[in-house]
Amino acid sequence: MADLLWLVPALPLFGFLILAPLSRRIPRSVVSVIGPGVVFLSALTLTGIAASFISLPETSRSIHQTLWSWISIGAFTPSFGFHLDALSLVMCLVVTWVGFLIHLYSVAYMADDTAFARFFAYMNLFVCAMLILLLGDNLLMLFLGWEGVGLCSYLLIGFWYADPENGAAARKAFIVTRIGDTAMTIGVLYLFTHFQTLDIQQLLARAASTWTPGAFGAVFAASMLLGGALGKSAQLPLQTWLPDAMAGPTPVSALIHAATMVTAGVYLIARTHTIFELAPDVMVAVALIGLLTMLYSGFSAMVQYDIKRVLAYSTISQIGFMFLALGVGAFSAAIFHFMTHAIFKALLFLGAGAVILSLHHEQNIFRMGGLRRELPVTFWTFLIGGAALAGFPLITAGFYSKEMILTAVYGAPRAGMLLWIGALIAAFMTAMYVTRLILIVFFGTARGPHPHAPSWPIQVTLVVLAFFALTAGFFETPPLLGGVTFFSHFTSTALPAAHHPHLSHAADLLLLGAAVFAALAGIVAGYLVFGRREPVVDPKTSLPQWSGIERFFLGGWGFDTLYAATITRPYVFLADLNRRDILDMIYTILAAGVRGLHRMTSVLQTGQLRWYTAFVTMGAVVLLAWVVLP
Amino acid sequence: MMPLSIMLILTLGGLLAWAAARFSAASARWIALAATVAGFAWSLVFWLRHSAYLPTDASPWLLELKAPWIARYGISFHLALDGMSLILIILTLFLGVLSVLTSWREITSRVGFFHFNLLWILAGIIGVFSAMDLFLFYFFWEMMLIPMYFLISIWGHENRVYAAVKFFIFTQASGLLMLASILSLYWWHGNLTGDFTFSYFAMLGTDLPPQTARWIMLGFFVAFAVKLPMVPFHTWLPDAHTEAPTAGSVILAGLLLKTGGYGLMRFVLPLFPDASREFAPLAMTLGVIGIIYGAVLALAQTDLKRLVAYTSVSHLGFVLLGVYSFTALGWHGSMMQMICHGISTGALFILVGGLYERIHTRDLRKMGGIWTLAPRMGAAAMIFAMASLGLPGMGNFVSEILVLAGSYRNSPWLTAVAALGLVLATVYSLHIVQKAFHGKTATFDHPLTDLHVREIVVMGVLTVVILWLGIFPRPVIRLVNPAVMSIQSIYPEGTAGVSVHTPGGPLS
Repeated sequence: MADLLWLVPALPLFGFLILAPLSRRIPRSVVSVIGPGVVFLSALTLTGIAASFISLPETSRSIHQTLWSWISIGAFTPSFGFHLDALSLVMCLVVTWVGFLIHLYSVAYMADDTAFARFFAYMNLFVCAMLILLLGDNLLMLFLGWEGVGLCSYLLIGFWYADPENGAAARKAFIVTRIGDTAMTIGVLYLFTHFQTLDIQQLLARAASTWTPGAFGAVFAASMLLGGALGKSAQLPLQTWLPDAMAGPTPVSALIHAATMVTAGVYLIARTHTIFELAPDVMVAVALIGLLTMLYSGFSAMVQYDIKRVLAYSTISQIGFMFLALGVGAFSAAIFHFMTHAIFKALLFLGAGAVILSLHHEQNIFRMGGLRRELPVTFWTFLIGGAALAGFPLITAGFYSKEMILTAVYGAPRAGMLLWIGALIAAFMTAMYVTRLILIVFFGTARGPHPHAPSWPIQVTLVVLAFFALTAGFFETPPLLGGVTFFSHFTSTALPAAHHPHLSHAADLLLLGAAVFAALAGIVAGYLVFGRREPVVDPKTSLPQWSGIERFFLGGWGFDTLYAATITRPYVFLADLNRRDILDMIYTILAAGVRGLHRMTSVLQTGQLRWYTAFVTMGAVVLLAWVVLP
Repeated sequence: MMPLSIMLILTLGGLLAWAAARFSAASARWIALAATVAGFAWSLVFWLRHSAYLPTDASPWLLELKAPWIARYGISFHLALDGMSLILIILTLFLGVLSVLTSWREITSRVGFFHFNLLWILAGIIGVFSAMDLFLFYFFWEMMLIPMYFLISIWGHENRVYAAVKFFIFTQASGLLMLASILSLYWWHGNLTGDFTFSYFAMLGTDLPPQTARWIMLGFFVAFAVKLPMVPFHTWLPDAHTEAPTAGSVILAGLLLKTGGYGLMRFVLPLFPDASREFAPLAMTLGVIGIIYGAVLALAQTDLKRLVAYTSVSHLGFVLLGVYSFTALGWHGSMMQMICHGISTGALFILVGGLYERIHTRDLRKMGGIWTLAPRMGAAAMIFAMASLGLPGMGNFVSEILVLAGSYRNSPWLTAVAALGLVLATVYSLHIVQKAFHGKTATFDHPLTDLHVREIVVMGVLTVVILWLGIFPRPVIRLVNPAVMSIQSIYPEGTAGVSVHTPGGPLS
C-alpha cells in the first residue's frame, strides 16, 4: 500500500489533465463524476496507506518514496520525493476528505456555471499542489506545492474573470503572498548554502547538531521562513489579501481560503520546527504575531456586513490562534486546531454558500434574517459550525482544540500569562461575532427575498461536516474531561511534545473554567449587543450607519490604504514616469550630437572656391603661427 | 560533421527558397520548413546518440572539425561542439522551425527573400555557437547581423527603419570593439609565444599582463553585454523586438540574445580568468540592476510587444548574475535560463504576433476579456505568463533558483535583491493576463478567432518543452555539465577573489 503514495497527489493531477484541455468537450455529467471522483480515490488511497502506516512501529513511523531526481548538480540534488509522517498524514487526510466533500458540494453549487469543467480542473490541480506541499521531502518540492497552491488560489479567486474587481483581488493574493515567498526563498537558499542539502529531514538533523539555541543562522533562517508563512497564512502584516480573496466562488473560499491552503504557513513552521526551536526569539515573535492578528481580525469581524468577509476575518483569527500555539512550542495543539478548524470553517463557508445560493447570490447579512425557519438544515448545521468556532463547551470540536492551545499558552516559558489573557480576550470576541452573525442571518425578521432550499449534495455535505464538527474534538480532551491524548500521542512521532507544566488540580480547573467562561460570555455578550433588537440599516443600501472607529475596523484598520500610499502607488508612479526609459536618452543625445556635427561640417561644404581658398589660407596661417611662434 | 552540414542545409535551403519564390510563395515556405525540420531532427538525433556516452572527465568535446582557411594569418575553419554549443544549436533549430511556422500567414510580401534571410540568420547563429577560431567566430557574428537587419527593416512594423538602424549601430559598434580585442589578443599571443593563430584552444591560458587582459576582456565583454542585453546597453532591444516581425522577435529574443551569454561563458571567462574575477562584482551588480530595471519598465508599457521585450532585459539579468557567480550552480542556471527564456519568451512573442494578426493592435489599453472569445489563446498566455514569473514546475523556475543558489554563497545581498525581481515579475506577468485576457470583453474592429490547428500545435509543443525543462531538466544538465566542469577547472579553488563551489559528488 505504501508504494501507492505517489497516487495520492497524482490522481487529482490526472483529473486536471483530463478536465483542463477538454473543458468544453466533456459533458457536465462526466465532469461531475471526474472532478470529485479523483479526489475521492485519492482520499481512499491515502486512508489505505494510513492503515498500513499505523501498523508501523512507533520508532520508524514514516514512509518515503522517490520518483525521480529533479535536479542534480553537486549537493543541489532535490528529487521528486515524498515523505509521509504523522504530521503530513494528518494534514493530507484532512485535505483529501474535506476536499472531497467540498468538491461534492461544488457539483450542486456550480451547477449553473458556464465554466463548470474549468472550475473542477482548477480545484483538482489545487488538491494536487496542496498534497505535494505537504508530502514533499525537500524544500524545493515543498516550494513547488507552495507556489502551485498560490497559482490555483489566483486562478480561482479570479474565476469569474469578467469582473475586473475579481481580477484585482486575485492579483493581490498572488503578489502579496509572493512577497512572503521571496523571504522564504532567501531562507531556503541560506539553509542550502549552509548545510549543502535540501532534504528537510537531513536539514533539520544538521541544524540541530550545528546550531546552538539563539545562533544567528537559526534566527535568520527561521525569520525568513516565517516571512513565507505570514504571507501564505494571511498573518500580520501580510493579511490584506485574504478578505478580498472572498471574490472567488464560495467552495473555493471553503477549501483554499479557510480549510487548507491558508494553513500552509502553520505546516511550514511545524515541519521545520527544529529550526524555530533553535531561535527562541523568533518563536516569541510567532506567538505575538498570532495574538495580534487574532485581536486585529476580531475587531474587524465584528463590523463586517458581507457574510463571507466575517468568515474570512475569523479564518485569519483562527490561524492566528494556530500561530500562537506554534509560538509557544505547542506544535501538536496547532495541528489539532488546524484539523478541527478545517472541518468547522469549511462547514461555515459551505453553509454560507447555501444561504448565498438560496438568496440568489446575496451576501449582505442585513438582507437576510429569519432564515432558520426556511432553511432548517442549513440553520442547524451552521449553528453547529458557529458553536465550534465560538468554542462552545463540551460538545464541539473547537472547544477541545482551543482548550489545548490555551493550556499550552498558559504554561509557556516566556510571557505565558500575557499571551494567555490575550488569547482569552480573542476567544471571547470570536464567540461574540459568531453570535452576531447567526442572530442577524437566521433570527429576527426576513429582510431578503424568499429563499429556496438547497439541493441534496449541499445538505448531505453540511450534515457530514456538522457531525465531525461535533465529534472531531474527542481525540484530545483536557485532564478533567477524560484526559484523552490520542492526537498528541499520534503526532508525537513527528512533532515534539509541548512543555507540559505540572499543574495542580486547581490550575486545571481554572484553565478549563476560563475557556468555558470566555466562550459563554462571548455568546451572551453577542446576544446582549446584537440580539435584542433588529439591526438598524439604511433601507436603500441595507447597510448600517458606521461610526468612525467601526469604519476603521470595517476597512481592515487601514492597511490597504497604507500599502497603496507607500508601496503600490509610488511604484506604479515611478514605473510610469520612466515609461520611455531614461537611459535611452544617452543614445538619443549621442545621436543628436553626431547629427549636429554633421550639420556643422556640411555647412562648410559650400562648393564655392573662394571659401575654400579662404579656409586653406587661414589654416596655413594658423599652422605657421603655431610652428613659428614659441 | 553535424554543424557544418546543418549550416549548409540552411544556407542552400535559403538560396533555394529565394529562387523558388519566383514560382510560388508556398514552395518557399515548404522549403524553409523542410530545411529547418531536417536540421532540427539531425541535431536531436545527434544528442540522442551521444547522450549514452557523454564525455565525463576527459574532454567535454563531442566533435571537432578543423581545416586550414587562411593559413598565412593562422586562421582556420575550426568548428567544435560541446554540450553547451549543442544544446544552444538544438534550441536554434527548434525556434527556427517555429519561426517558419509562425510566418506562414504573417509574411505575404517578398516571401522568398524573407526565408532566405531567416535561414541565413540561423546558419550564422549555429556558426557562432560552434566556431572555435576567433576570426571565424567574428565572421559568423557579422553573418547573423546583416540578414537580421533586413528582417526588421523590410518586414517590420511602423517604426521599423529606426529600429533596424539602431539595432545595427549598437551591434556593429560593439562588434568592432570585439574585433579590436580579437586582433590585440592575436598579436599579444603571437608575440608571447611566436605562434600567430586565431585558434581558441591555442589562446586559452595566454599569460597576458593584467592591465592588457583587462582592456582586451572589456572589448569582448561590451560586445556580449550589448547582445545580452545588459543595462545600460539594452535600449536597442525594445525597439528592435517591437518592430520586428514575429519570427524576427522570436529569433532576437530566443537566440541572438543568447549569443551574448554564450560568448561570456565560452570566451570571456576562460580567456581572461583573472580579469573576469576582478570584474565579477560589477558585472553581478549590473545583472541585478537589469533584473529590477527591466521588470519595472515592463510594467509601465502599454504596447504588449514592448512589454514582453522589456521582460527579456529582466530575465537575461539572471544570466549575467549566474555567469559571474563563478559557481557550477550559477553556470548551469545561466545555461538553463538561456534555454527556458528562449522557449517562454518565444511563446509570448508568437502569441502577441498571433493577436496582432487578428486585432491589428498591440495596445494593451484596447484589449480585455480575450479569454471569453479565445479561451485557448488565453490558456496559452496564462501558461507562459506563469513561466515568465518563474512558477515552479516550469523551466524558468529551475534556472532562476539555480542562479540564485549559485550566487547566494558569495553575494547574499545581491541575490536577495535579485529574488525581489521575482515579485516584480509576478506584477508584470499578471498585468498582461489581466489587461489583455481577463476583465470586460473589449470590442474589436476585427473578428477575434481562437488559435487554429497550426498554432495549437506550436503552443502545445512549447508547453510540453517548458514543463519538461521544469520537472525533468536532468538530460539538459547532463549534456551541459562537462562544459561547465571545464570552465570550472580554469578557476581552481582557493585563488583570490571569488571562491568556487565544487560539487560534492559525481553527476549521476
